[in-house]
Amino acid sequence: MENSITDEKIIADLLPQKFGKAGKIWVGVLTVICLIGLFAYYRQLRYGLIVTAMRDYVSWGIYISNFVFFVAISLVGSLITAIFRLAGVKWGAPLTRIAEIIAVAAIIFASLIIIVDMGSPERFYYLFTHGRIQSPIIWDVIVITTYFFISILLLYYPLLPDIKILLRFKQKSGNGLHKFYNYIGSFWQGTPAQFKLSEKAINILCITIIPVAFTIHTVTSWLFATTYRPGWDSTNFGAYFIAGAFLVGSGAVVVAMYVFRKAYHLEKYITEIHFEKMGRVVVLLSLLYLYFNMNEFLTPFFKMKKSEEGYLNGLFSGDFSVVFWFAILIGIIIPVVILLFRQGRKPLPMFIVGIMVIVGAWFKRYLIVTPTLLNPFLPMHDVPASYHHYFPSWEEWAITMGSLAGALLIITILARIFPIIPIQETLTEQHEKAI
Amino acid sequence: MENNSRRDFLLTGLITAGLVSGCTPKTDPFEAGASDVALPSGKKVKLLSVDGEEIEVDEAFLKPVPHIPPVSNTEARIGIPGKKFVMVIDLSRCKNLKKCQSACNHAHELNPGENWIKVDPMQDAEHTAPYWEPTTCMHCDEPPCVKVCPVDATFKRQDGIVLIDSDRCIGCRFCMAACPYSARVFNWGEPEIAPAIASQPYSCETSVPQKKGTVGKCDFCADMTRMGELPHCVSACPNGVFAFGDINQDSVSNGAETFRFSDLIKDKGGYRLMEDLGTKPSVYYLPPVSRNFPFESGLENDKEQNK
Repeated sequence: MENSITDEKIIADLLPQKFGKAGKIWVGVLTVICLIGLFAYYRQLRYGLIVTAMRDYVSWGIYISNFVFFVAISLVGSLITAIFRLAGVKWGAPLTRIAEIIAVAAIIFASLIIIVDMGSPERFYYLFTHGRIQSPIIWDVIVITTYFFISILLLYYPLLPDIKILLRFKQKSGNGLHKFYNYIGSFWQGTPAQFKLSEKAINILCITIIPVAFTIHTVTSWLFATTYRPGWDSTNFGAYFIAGAFLVGSGAVVVAMYVFRKAYHLEKYITEIHFEKMGRVVVLLSLLYLYFNMNEFLTPFFKMKKSEEGYLNGLFSGDFSVVFWFAILIGIIIPVVILLFRQGRKPLPMFIVGIMVIVGAWFKRYLIVTPTLLNPFLPMHDVPASYHHYFPSWEEWAITMGSLAGALLIITILARIFPIIPIQETLTEQHEKAI
Repeated sequence: MENNSRRDFLLTGLITAGLVSGCTPKTDPFEAGASDVALPSGKKVKLLSVDGEEIEVDEAFLKPVPHIPPVSNTEARIGIPGKKFVMVIDLSRCKNLKKCQSACNHAHELNPGENWIKVDPMQDAEHTAPYWEPTTCMHCDEPPCVKVCPVDATFKRQDGIVLIDSDRCIGCRFCMAACPYSARVFNWGEPEIAPAIASQPYSCETSVPQKKGTVGKCDFCADMTRMGELPHCVSACPNGVFAFGDINQDSVSNGAETFRFSDLIKDKGGYRLMEDLGTKPSVYYLPPVSRNFPFESGLENDKEQNK
């Protein structure tokens, strides 16, 4: 950032902006996808899970894959906000709000999609009234709820100084939004005592969110690893999930950085240096994830235990091989190759790599769930022929797409309401530099 | 004789109508003590006996009997004190007749296409002989399904039976993922059951009626065992493949023969499935040696549902 920019300029640059034409179309398209998903869910509520392609063998499908995907993405909030902050990584500051918004949107839809997967969602509250603490599902309910609230607070506390600034621009925000800002942040005076308190609170949240973040995804991996099934019965699963989660979350942040930078002309705030540094982070995480993948697949492949044979061959050379190698190449290997070059860490190639990482990660989650279920210990027998295969029904696709669109919609709306780059922090940093 | 005729007239048709009747057309149905002696009204009602015969009964002899209260949910969750149920499946006797399956499906009013008992053609390795293996819920002593259930909808009773409370199940299907024997099935849609049965209150011991969005599985016919009778699959099998009993009494029966459980297992080399997983099933298998039927005799019956 050049030292010449004045405070007014920074504020004007970073204030939330009304949707332009493209923004309106974007919101419209997302809303339509969400509505189609809602209609599909209405059908599912009415007729039951029979509208999905899940059956007795493939009893979990893309809803669960999607759940794992959302939980994975949400972990990035803890990485960029908490780990970077505690490690004293200064350059990450402008990215914290993007990461936190992604985390909140993802964790909301992780919770929703798991309710969508339930056969009797009207009994959801039984989890609280009849919960058994011995069940990993209850562990997941507890930690995801905790993570949701910590993420909300980590989004909210750093927002307070910005809201004070936003309140000065009643004209620009309009009456409704102004009232909303007033409601959530008018108590913030910006006194040194308040800053000190807020600083302390954020530090405490940053420290607590790291173990909670590790727990949400580890427990999610245990939903699989606590069973006996080939491909799930793995002690590597927690670490493997965490590594993959940080990777896909970073990919999502890179994509969001690129889009917001373009849409809101933030080139001065999200600079090429940020892409350069995030590129290095993504390379590191890809290599880490590759390492855990090798642990996950190479030793079982070497042994070829009978119970795992069908599952492993299905991945390496059978029905799932195309998706498997696609996910490994697109989601891990090609990104590493691109990002090793300096030119690859420029914004546009980074954006493409980010998309690749996200798409690869989604299909990877699909492969975590389905192939295992199609390789049970006892043969699939005495069931209708359709039970031997799984390809999601249109309702499943619509609900899944609807949930992805919904998460993007929340991100979009939050970016419309709040400054996507923390204003106060940018100002403070500017002043420190000037001195 | 008297008893037999009474049992014959526990008519399926009457049960669906919400009535249970003990009457014969020849003698006074209500025996001594029935102060209100029924006089024939002349109106005849057609009924189906359990043997499948159509019979006519005077309307006056049909008397509504208050619905026998099924055991309470609490009792159903505790089980029968002092018992520990066990099943032995003799693979040398099975020829894939699937009588067990159809009796089970009928007794539990299962949705068409759904089976709690499956009969799998097994061949352990290239040069080993194929055989038919009926599988039920194993009623494990370390049940993985019960461990993972988040709401205590599936539970292990003190008599060894693992049951499902469909009024509690939230349909998360974690138990299905956890069960290595793939014993559990799910009611993906509204089960096709007669309305009169579908509207009954659910009982964990009968597992009837199955409900949309909940898990179902073999229940060792807990209602039958409470009455001291054999599960439906055991009595339906003409070849005596299944033997059922109480391990505390060291005795199992297939209806025609009764065995000392420990001797049977010792003499025939009984084993359990996937012993290495540590689930400790209550279902034992006798190996397919000195078989009563060749494997091929079961192939014809296998075609219908499996391709």
